[in-house]
Amino acid sequence: MSTLTALSSLAAETSTSGGEAAQFWILAPIAVAGGLGTVLMRRAVYSALCLAGTMVILALFYLANGAYFLGVVQIVVYTGAVMMLFLFVLMLVGVSAADSLKETLKGQRLITAGFGLGLGILLIAGIGQASVGSFTGLAEANAQGNVQGLASLLFTRYMVAFEVTGVLLTVAAVGATMLTHREKIERSKSQREQSEERVKDGTQVPPLPAPGVYARHNAVDIPGLLPDGTPSPLTVSATLQERGQVREVHHEAMGSLAALEQRTADHQNRPGSVSGALGPGARPERESNRGESGSTRTTDATGTAGDDGDSDGAEEAGK
Amino acid sequence: MSPENYLHLSALLFTIGACGVLLRRNAIVVFMSIELMLNAANLALVTFSRMHGNLDGQIMAFFVMVVAAAEVVVGLAIIVMVYRSRHSASVDDASLMKL
Repeated sequence: MSTLTALSSLAAETSTSGGEAAQFWILAPIAVAGGLGTVLMRRAVYSALCLAGTMVILALFYLANGAYFLGVVQIVVYTGAVMMLFLFVLMLVGVSAADSLKETLKGQRLITAGFGLGLGILLIAGIGQASVGSFTGLAEANAQGNVQGLASLLFTRYMVAFEVTGVLLTVAAVGATMLTHREKIERSKSQREQSEERVKDGTQVPPLPAPGVYARHNAVDIPGLLPDGTPSPLTVSATLQERGQVREVHHEAMGSLAALEQRTADHQNRPGSVSGALGPGARPERESNRGESGSTRTTDATGTAGDDGDSDGAEEAGK
Repeated sequence: MSPENYLHLSALLFTIGACGVLLRRNAIVVFMSIELMLNAANLALVTFSRMHGNLDGQIMAFFVMVVAAAEVVVGLAIIVMVYRSRHSASVDDASLMKL
């Protein structure tokens, strides 16, 4: 009886359990969708998230395949460490820039699609060629535990490779540090030297102008307007300009300014006969505001403030 | 279901990753596509391990993971360095060895 069970456990299996099949058919399309999303998403952050999802699903497949240690390592190392590293670098480089859809090489996408189709057919045909009806399964190899089995292989047959891996990781860490480290070659200038240099060069001795002073808004992303209505790049942070996040409102501001001038001109021009007879001390704008009834009060040469003074002057003129 | 389906999925993911390397111009996305290809290869190795009933395939996948981690560290450091000098992570902009 014991030999029979041993034989049956050693015998090659031909099919996995139904639960595993269900898991595969649910998760595999999601993994493929994640892979496609990684390649096709325009923003790099979306790509990174799609790739993280695919990696988690691959970890589940490792677990289903009996590679329990690798399944956990996949989640810890890939989705935990590597993808976070990717996201860190993405944030350093700047997330707002989406890839342009313009094709720089002519026909690149068509050739890539053809290449992908060919490679896929080649790989799947190769797998089909090498296919066998049955498989062994890991029940025997994992009998003493997956981690123990891996460890006994790793520390006997693959010992040298394991040690070389340690050297490789050390070299990689040192190399990354050396690549990203910037040595300061010259002494940084003191504040006094900087100010003296500015005065000597004659460029922008006072502080930079504030944003949005002559515009309608005073947010930091809106450039201040010069007297002629053009936006001044000095008023907005160079970082915002590089990211393309500067809001241009000077057209609006120029439009409203032109409308205001037009209205003023209209008001000044309408009582034209009155403004022509104004005395030297008269205020044309106030006169124009009261233009309907002001035709009899044009001789108010004193120009005292307030309606009473004006009316008194008018009465005096009438006498 | 036969475990060969895992191999087919692995081939599909590998192909998608290869197309991504050819198609994309953002160096970081190209790098992520390479990671996708490495993961697809790992899935194939793990499946082979199961089909043959020994753990050597899993050891291979383990070494691939370690090498991929080292590669990511150095590669991202290079990308950061290129970005510092050129203010762009596009592989099209880095067409010259010097600035």
